[in-house]
Amino acid sequence: MTKNSNKSNLFSSATGIIIAGAVVGLISTLLVKMGNPGNMGFCIACFLRDIAGTTKLHTAAVVQYFRPEIIGLVIGSMVMAVTSKEFSPKGGSAPFTRFVVAAFVMIGALVFLGCPLRMVLRIGGGDLNAVIALLGFAAGILVGIFFLNKGFTLKRTYTVNKAEGFAFPVVITGLFVLSLIVPALFAVSEKGPGSMQAPILIALAAGLIVGVLAQKTRLCMVAGIRDLVLFKDWKLLLGFIAIIVAALVGNLVLGQFKLGFSGQPIAHSVHLWSFLGMLVVGFGSVLLGGCPLRQLIMAGEGNADSAVTVVGYIVGAAFAHNFGLAGAAASADAIGGPSVYGKGAVIIGIIVLLIVAAVNSKKAKN
Amino acid sequence: MKTVDARGLSCPQPVLMTKDALASKENAYEVLVDNSTAKENVTRFATNNGYKVSVAEKDGDFVLSITK
Repeated sequence: MTKNSNKSNLFSSATGIIIAGAVVGLISTLLVKMGNPGNMGFCIACFLRDIAGTTKLHTAAVVQYFRPEIIGLVIGSMVMAVTSKEFSPKGGSAPFTRFVVAAFVMIGALVFLGCPLRMVLRIGGGDLNAVIALLGFAAGILVGIFFLNKGFTLKRTYTVNKAEGFAFPVVITGLFVLSLIVPALFAVSEKGPGSMQAPILIALAAGLIVGVLAQKTRLCMVAGIRDLVLFKDWKLLLGFIAIIVAALVGNLVLGQFKLGFSGQPIAHSVHLWSFLGMLVVGFGSVLLGGCPLRQLIMAGEGNADSAVTVVGYIVGAAFAHNFGLAGAAASADAIGGPSVYGKGAVIIGIIVLLIVAAVNSKKAKN
Repeated sequence: MKTVDARGLSCPQPVLMTKDALASKENAYEVLVDNSTAKENVTRFATNNGYKVSVAEKDGDFVLSITK
């Protein structure tokens, strides 16, 4: 048994997470300046949806691109985890349940048009629709906490072989490299959000920086609100707030700030479904143990369950577009929002999550 | 001394289990976790609640000794 000193370093401190959140917020506004869609410096849901599109898992022509940010996030996390001896290959905690929950989280996010990170970035860009979504997100987290207090668990993980831990980073990076070497295999949007791209090396570097910071600080949009409610712990929420403040400042400086409900980039004002879509995201993410950003980071740390979760997001995104479930952005002549099928999918999502939560909740006697 | 085995679990469960255990008002606890995030979170939770925590590593797991 070796004694460890219990000193806290910068990254695990409140200051560390505020700095990380601020950097994420600023980089996001810069990515928009460099070509990414509005208020979409980072959006894990949108970017995985674009990857599902470029690999032709769905054929929505406007959202197909192999987003380099995703590769940067995974590699950044993996490198940081390996160098700090935190790379730990593990898995086996209800993988298929996670896959299904993840697919519904993705559908909920695409009904709203953004993962929790983009929701925060949209607020920082002045998009008030995202404030409504935040209320739904928080409500979903509260439902998840209700089940956590009832003893919800997807049971423990087990240590697996190193190869399993590296499989996801290798596969996703391999596909990305393939998209550069043999672009003919892949679809790339010529118009729409998928065609709006920051230069590839900048996008990759941005992903790497955020991946490193998120791995070190455990930045997570869900855990911020969850831990405040459960443990009166503000730490992770400070990162969440820092992103909003930094995005606000960055957008004001770069002239990208626009306050209001209408005329927002890739957004709609169908509030009920923004609320319910993000309720699914908040609830599902509590069951999964972290937001989509955090799952990507954990997949980079060798967590095979998180890797399955990310694949669940990608498949959910494919369904969202193949079945016409995703919310449409508002335009001059349409209010946008989800189709009747999208609304149905959100309702089914809520029911499925309630069932998953209930059947996996049992307070252990001790 | 009460032992909480939270190995293989990821947050918030190790913290929730620690929270439940601390409710029994004993003087000393031992919490086993297997990842750095859980180690940090349990440590922060116990410290915020007025306990002292010392961490040791054993066979790749972390043993957190929590005392009043």
